[in-house]
Amino acid sequence: MEQRIILNLPADEATLHELKVGQMIYINGTIYTARDQAHMRMIKELNEGVALPISLLNAAIYYCGPSPKQPGKIVGAIGPTTSSRMDKLTLPLLEKGMKIMIGKGKRSQEIIEGIKKYKAVYLSAIGGAGALYANCIKSFETAGYEDLMAEAIYKLEVENFPAVVAVDTEGNSIF
Amino acid sequence: MRIVHVNQIKDKVKEICLEIAYKINDDLKEALEAGEKSESSQLGKDVLCMLLENADVAQNQDIPICQDTGMVMVFLEIGQDITIEGGFIGDAVNQGVREAYEVGYLRKSIVDPITRINTKDNTPAIINYELVPGDKLKLSILLKGFGSENMGKVKMLTPSEGAPGIIEFVLDTVKNAGGNPCPPLVIGIGIGGAMDKAAAMAKKALFRPIGERSQDAFLKELEENLLKQINELNIGPMGFGGTTTALEVFAEKYPTHLAGLPVAVNINCHALRRKTIEL
Repeated sequence: MEQRIILNLPADEATLHELKVGQMIYINGTIYTARDQAHMRMIKELNEGVALPISLLNAAIYYCGPSPKQPGKIVGAIGPTTSSRMDKLTLPLLEKGMKIMIGKGKRSQEIIEGIKKYKAVYLSAIGGAGALYANCIKSFETAGYEDLMAEAIYKLEVENFPAVVAVDTEGNSIF
Repeated sequence: MRIVHVNQIKDKVKEICLEIAYKINDDLKEALEAGEKSESSQLGKDVLCMLLENADVAQNQDIPICQDTGMVMVFLEIGQDITIEGGFIGDAVNQGVREAYEVGYLRKSIVDPITRINTKDNTPAIINYELVPGDKLKLSILLKGFGSENMGKVKMLTPSEGAPGIIEFVLDTVKNAGGNPCPPLVIGIGIGGAMDKAAAMAKKALFRPIGERSQDAFLKELEENLLKQINELNIGPMGFGGTTTALEVFAEKYPTHLAGLPVAVNINCHALRRKTIEL
């Protein structure tokens, strides 16, 4: 078997630059969930000058709304959601230093340009593999916007979390 | 006159929701396995392998297959010789959904369309009632995730566009969806009727067992033709490229008005969570 490509977070610019479109990689470290409603609220707070519940500097954001956790488990099913819904909500976060986005499906040309400009990467997780991803989560806690339920921001410690490099730092896209 | 108590219906709705959120059907599993064997791209094979592993983990470790446990789509075919007692059947269906999503730790995804405020119990379900002859009650349930539902389309073609127009519309819809609806897909197509009828047929078509062709000669050929052409689009598993873009295409038709040709495409992700029972 080919040797696995591991991405330890937080990663520096050079490490992200080594990731090439089409590679299957395995992530270790801290990532935060945020989807439609959390993005909208973060942008509203940025515009109002309110401090966000998380720091976006070098952050990895996972477009995901997990299912509820059962007693005795760390987390419920936790696969990716469709990224294109976040296209109109992404540039302000890139400007604040977000470096990694994880979701599924294609991104707009505007976001691909943004990824190049800010030397970020977009990773596609395996959609519909929510149970498999549950086993990659080592800790799970609410980091903000708890009232949004499944759409809240959760802080995750992940191990061997598989994803495919979908848009690399040079703007090459798999889609 | 046969009597069916609403509690029987409520219990069945609950039981089915809980079962299908955690366990994929055999027909789907076999289709994924066949896809993994025939897939041309290595990355595509890896993805299909992970999806099969996901199904095992879900079933064995009691984790939902996908975190989007869906909006509950219910099709009820009610024999006209049945009397339903104990309350309103729609309330019973919603109560079954409510209980399943609570005890099953399923995600509650239903919100007001404008305020986006969550109903907190995954109700209401979308219930289609059909009155049929006889004294049986057929209950079909589909847990529909919206990654795929969002990619569906309805188009009112003109009669002269005919079969080539239908094919073009379906291929465009699938191409435009790309990796968003989590391919490999199962695709339902409704042809004819009116706008709403075409859409309902497209969704209901998803209940047919994978591998079962339409009895209608034209639809059978259309299904085979579309499946082949869709798998030549090089979308592949999760949109990463490859030959396994759709596992199945089901088409249904209904007479329409002489001035129209409505066509609906309902796209389902690889996690086709559905079951039909008879009461």
